[in-house]
Amino acid sequence: MTDMPDTTTTAPESATAPAEFADDAAGYYTPGDPIRDTKAPSGPLDERWNTRQFEARIANPANRRRLSVIVVGTGLAGASAAATLGEAGYVVKSFCYQDSPRRAHSIAAQGGINAAKNYKGDGDSVYRLFYDTIKGGDYRSRESNVYRLAQVSTNIIDQCVAQGVPFAREYGGLLDNRSFGGVQVSRTFYARGQTGQQLLIGAYQALERQVAAGTVRCYTRHEMVELIVVDGRARGIIVRDMVTGEIETYFADVVVLASGGYGNVFFLSTNAMGCNVTATWRAHRKGAYMANPCFTQIHPTCIPVTGHHQSKLTLMSESLRNDGRIWVPKKKADCTKDPRDIAEEDRDYYLERIYPAFGNLVPRDIASRQAKNMCDEGRGVGPEVEGVRRGVYLDFADAIERLGREAIEEKYGNLFDMYARITGEDPYSVPMRIYPAVHYVMGGLWVDYDLQTTIPGLFVIGEANFSDHGANRLGASALMQGLADGYFVLSNTIRDYLADGPFDRIADDDPAVVEAQTAVQSRIDHFMSNTGTRSVDSYHRELGNIMWEYCGMERTEDGLRKAIDLIRTLRDDFWRNVKVLGSAESLNQSLERAGRVADFLELGELMCIDALNRRESCGGHFRAESQTEEGEALRRDEQYSYVAAWEWAGPDDPPVLHKEDLVYEFVEMKARSYK
Amino acid sequence: MKLTLNIWRQASTASAGEMKTYQVEASPDMSFLEMLDVLNEELNEKGEEPVAFDSDCREGICGMCGLMINGEPHGPERTTTCQLHMRSFADGDTITIEPWRSTAFPVLKDLCVDRGAFDRIIQSGGYISVNTGAAPDAHATPVPKDNADRAFDAATCIGCGACVAACPNGSATLFLGAKVTHLGELPQGQAERWSRVVDMVGQHDHEGFGGCTNIGECVAACPKEIPLDVISQLNSDLRTAIRKGH
Ligand SMILES: Cc1cc2nc3c(=O)[nH]c(=O)nc-3n(C[C@H](O)[C@H](O)[C@H](O)COP(=O)(O)OP(=O)(O)OC[C@H]3O[C@@H](n4cnc5c(N)ncnc54)[C@H](O)[C@@H]3O)c2cc1C
Ligand code: SF4
Ligand code: FES
Repeated sequence: MTDMPDTTTTAPESATAPAEFADDAAGYYTPGDPIRDTKAPSGPLDERWNTRQFEARIANPANRRRLSVIVVGTGLAGASAAATLGEAGYVVKSFCYQDSPRRAHSIAAQGGINAAKNYKGDGDSVYRLFYDTIKGGDYRSRESNVYRLAQVSTNIIDQCVAQGVPFAREYGGLLDNRSFGGVQVSRTFYARGQTGQQLLIGAYQALERQVAAGTVRCYTRHEMVELIVVDGRARGIIVRDMVTGEIETYFADVVVLASGGYGNVFFLSTNAMGCNVTATWRAHRKGAYMANPCFTQIHPTCIPVTGHHQSKLTLMSESLRNDGRIWVPKKKADCTKDPRDIAEEDRDYYLERIYPAFGNLVPRDIASRQAKNMCDEGRGVGPEVEGVRRGVYLDFADAIERLGREAIEEKYGNLFDMYARITGEDPYSVPMRIYPAVHYVMGGLWVDYDLQTTIPGLFVIGEANFSDHGANRLGASALMQGLADGYFVLSNTIRDYLADGPFDRIADDDPAVVEAQTAVQSRIDHFMSNTGTRSVDSYHRELGNIMWEYCGMERTEDGLRKAIDLIRTLRDDFWRNVKVLGSAESLNQSLERAGRVADFLELGELMCIDALNRRESCGGHFRAESQTEEGEALRRDEQYSYVAAWEWAGPDDPPVLHKEDLVYEFVEMKARSYK
Repeated sequence: MKLTLNIWRQASTASAGEMKTYQVEASPDMSFLEMLDVLNEELNEKGEEPVAFDSDCREGICGMCGLMINGEPHGPERTTTCQLHMRSFADGDTITIEPWRSTAFPVLKDLCVDRGAFDRIIQSGGYISVNTGAAPDAHATPVPKDNADRAFDAATCIGCGACVAACPNGSATLFLGAKVTHLGELPQGQAERWSRVVDMVGQHDHEGFGGCTNIGECVAACPKEIPLDVISQLNSDLRTAIRKGH
């Protein structure tokens, strides 16, 4: 298969800058062996997944009742996986920290889910979705994985419709699609602005059906706080019952983490309050590599921060950029004026100006960085927070005039209501104000083609793994990946591992188990007995500020070094000075947060080291030292076309860097250009 | 703005609870839960245990939050507690904050309750039985837009439990009706339509929720504006199911 002609970009000659190797992170890490095999089958791209499905052994159906699986997480990835594995006859235990599986943060996804159905007949295909995803990820993802994702995308829609997911439909009764975030075909399925909710309820209902059937048992308000590894295999988890405070141990033949993303390391993000890295970080500390942790997606259309009390940021779906026009005043003096009084010629529709071909639909990272540039120039709008106005206008006046208010209401009604509720302003008459916010992490635990980590028997799915989005994720592709992993990929790869099971029973007093339990208990004891003065939240907020300032939209060598020092100091202070009240033997939200923040404080440092090491700009990662003369991101394929997989070396030793080279057999690497 | 808060404090399900009074300083652009965050930071500072309350998405979609505010589920506006903002209150106000009150939702601590009964209702039949991989092409069965829209409106229920908290009988009929209508409007949901409604209503009663006497407080409290006609739909489906011998 040859590369498809690229109709969407005009690629400059070469993406690579002169190859002078800069080892920015020298001293902060130890070089390790490269990763040579990701276990993807070879051969034609479109046959690889079939090959793997055929070669993966099948656990004898009669045996499955004796094979147990732990699934941590009940978002799209976890709920779909647990339901599917239950249907297949395995004994499944499912865990989540909320009071019901239905509340996982997937519920908040607004915009939609991609699938290469080509229902619109606009030239979409599995190959095009594959190609767009590779290109959108700025050539930092694997061809085999991404192709598989595009292949199974179509099955997802079939499955969801059969479950009763009420996708938007046309008058003829067939499914509607829209175009989403920087692609030129309409392949996004949606359910008003609540796609994630509807998909999750579908998966949740499938999960509850298995609970009723007796194949799945749900443990809600149970937080995983440790992974148990015995004889080199993942064999269980330790959880805290968040109501009674009891520390409980569960064993299984295999452990699946579907615990979502760690965007909350920035404190303020569009993630839910409880989103955390604990499940994956504990696994990392037990030997699972963490891949590309610095790859963060900053979403351009969020409601701006209003003050110090802010607890989270709210996303306004990217679909708004289909009809809204983004601008700031040309003159600084106009920034405090009522936007409706600013004349057309005094407005700078900067995305339309700089990127005439894509205009307001440029990819997220570009839209975000340009918003920051405008505000840094002093042309931001809205309230001044810490001396800067951080906001730009997203204006629907033209769209309302062209399509009518009713059409806009039909498309975006609930988003407009949400905006009005939060800001107290009416977006039908005054332009919205938006600003970028942390939204998604492409980084996560390293997995091979089977979605297995470097710890045998530990699989990771959904946002928690690093696999498919490279350095930047396309809109509407996370839901697709979560459900692809959970419904269609994992069940076909995990069976190969389980075919060797059931594994030996583990004794309750196995040294590995006792050691893990002791570690969990002593961490809790420390928090409860520490006589500190500062609240957990105050540390979290401070960590978030450091990350946003130095490891956010633009990263520099000096800034990252400084951040690493600041985080280390903060972490020391946290362990000495954090104050947790109440008791460990009851519902204690400060204690829950303390554990999460402790892990964020370690993750944050690794993210900065990863960002420092990667002296190139790619996707969501912009290193100021690597840009073109026009200020555009400059990727350096010769040095950095690899996955950075980090191995934990202990609390006092620098992490070990293993590189997995990215080889492009089918797609030609091009410089991304949206001009 | 300066506020006086009367908050229900209860150490655990087994212990007795009581109202306690606190003072807090808030600003109008804070959300209600951010105001409670501020209170908790102050309590922590003073060495008093913070108030436990549930929230997760803080975007009005996960259904995790839910407080009785001055006797109204989710407070004075038609929205979730997390989307309520302090601009709905005035300087000097006294605000009473309690957990959902319902025998089917035991209090776990302070303002947190156990809504596990909702999951068990879904387990009893709130799904369409289709195993992964067994689905036909998504376009095999067109769904008329009217049915699709009605199914969607019902499917927006977030399972928060405000309807139960609002109901003098502690009934969850609005929640039930929403699910029965969502699945019953779709061609895919027909095969199990009659057994579903019977099983779900049975589980609802078994959980200790009260009966519906058509008072309509649930609809007034529902942040997702689930319409009252889902209850008529539920009743009509139930009658049909019984007639059919389910
Ligand atoms: C506001 C918003 C809008 C979005 N919109 C879109 C969109 O339109 N299209 C799109 O494709 N993507 C979108 N995304 C991204 C997408 O929603 C997420 O990436 C995806 O839903 C993640 O799913 P998941 O199953 O991996 O994890 P989640 O849904 O986050 O679930 C994580 C699960 O793990 C559990 N868990 C976590 N830690 C622990 C622990 N320590 N112990 C026990 N359980 C634990 C949680 O309880 C939860 O059940 C959006 C994201 C956000 C934040
Ligand atoms: S019907 Fe309304 S009030 Fe009741 S649980 Fe659903 S969303 Fe909440
Ligand atoms: S916290 Fe999710 S709905 Fe309020």
